Amino acid sequence: MTDGIVVTDLVVRRGRSTVLNGLSCRVRAGRITGLLGPSGSGKTTLIRAIVGVQVIRSGTVTVLGSPAGSPSLRDRIGYVSQAPSVYQDLTVLENARYFAAIAGVGAAAARAAVDQVGLAGAAGQLVGTLSGGQWSRASLACAIVGDPPVLVLDEPTVGQDPVLREELWGFFHERAVAGVTVLVSSHVMDEANRCDSLLLIRDGALLADDTPAAIKAHAGTDDMDRAFLHLIREGAAT
Amino acid sequence: MNPGILRATTTRILRQLRHDPRTIGLLIVVPVVLMGLVYAMYDGSPRVGQILLIMLGIFPFVIMFLITSIAMLRERTSGTLERLMTTRTGKGDLLFGYGIAFGTTAAAQAVIAAACAYWLYAMTTAGAAGLVVLIAVLTALLGVGLGLACSALARTEFQAVQMLPVVVIPQILLCGLFVPRDEMAGWLSALSDVMPLSYAVEALQEVGTNAEPTSTFWVDLVVVGGCVILGLVLASATLRRRTA
Repeated sequence: MTDGIVVTDLVVRRGRSTVLNGLSCRVRAGRITGLLGPSGSGKTTLIRAIVGVQVIRSGTVTVLGSPAGSPSLRDRIGYVSQAPSVYQDLTVLENARYFAAIAGVGAAAARAAVDQVGLAGAAGQLVGTLSGGQWSRASLACAIVGDPPVLVLDEPTVGQDPVLREELWGFFHERAVAGVTVLVSSHVMDEANRCDSLLLIRDGALLADDTPAAIKAHAGTDDMDRAFLHLIREGAAT
Repeated sequence: MNPGILRATTTRILRQLRHDPRTIGLLIVVPVVLMGLVYAMYDGSPRVGQILLIMLGIFPFVIMFLITSIAMLRERTSGTLERLMTTRTGKGDLLFGYGIAFGTTAAAQAVIAAACAYWLYAMTTAGAAGLVVLIAVLTALLGVGLGLACSALARTEFQAVQMLPVVVIPQILLCGLFVPRDEMAGWLSALSDVMPLSYAVEALQEVGTNAEPTSTFWVDLVVVGGCVILGLVLASATLRRRTA
């Protein structure tokens, strides 16, 4: 299997604090990789480094074989930031069309992306009038428009109702099966089980990089929260 | 820059404005009402025409400065700027997108304001009305350029609005609206000389008193145009794909 994203010895400082301290990991193409960790663990910073907007201190980040932030990657990554970054004074469809135009695809692709995130009924609504969950789906629609080969999604399922969350995960799977590199961050451990592999991070360091089943087996539990706790204790003991 | 992305960006900014009819209303109505106030205040004095003419250059500058700095600040704080910086959108696409979208808006505003000045408030100029509108659009672009650049210095809307008294009001005080520039103390007129709005006002006054464009007019136009480009270059320097 090919590597979609390779991070080597990544160090990021923000102000005086070291957010990522020599982190290395791989994210494979064709599967969903979950990036899990508590709030403040460095998930968003790692994601920003991968999409090439984070100033890094040292280390390398490679996406599809090119250094993160390379001009050649700019139409190949679909990025959803944690705060839904769409224009609230535009309609859902107008937002999607704008990002479709930037991606170099037509209005039909914009419409398809809006349908895909379950916002067909709200396509003509101003984003500012949507609920929080709809708002973040509008943001997701703008990321998936044009079917980029890499999807980097920072907490895309927060605030979604269970049915929609199910659908969104179904969609991520579809994309992964089609060969896309899908990296999804979450702080909800429940969602870990939906991923093909997991990166668990805490305090800017990688705790585990394995399949959900292997992580749970290693901890001798069926509960992802407990498994995570086990890993933290194990790390503290060594 | 990419023509398709530039066009999409310009359209997007204009669409945002279209969804905000109240702002459009204010953009069109406020200058006309304020000119009406000045017209009534001077009540037939011969100076009223000269003041209205200068106001036609000041409105687009102030209004576009405000609108642009807030719009750009919103791009920064909402995360849309960061998102755009991960896409093929270039700095030029974004900056010129704002310039074209707000420049077009300013042109519409200037045409309406100038029409009201000529027909409602009996303003007269020796030169062509088209030149008045041309300068108004240029001062609007000056406002856009400075607004884009200054938005980088502000972290909140409150700070962005405070840029107005810092960057815009000194230019209004010293541009020749209150005291003719050649009657100011030396240091004041020197300050006035480095402020771009002074040249826009001088160009308007040239149109007011001369039937044909004078060489001073052309020089003023070039200076203001140069400052527009300088503003955009400054703004471009404040846009970073990578941030801490």
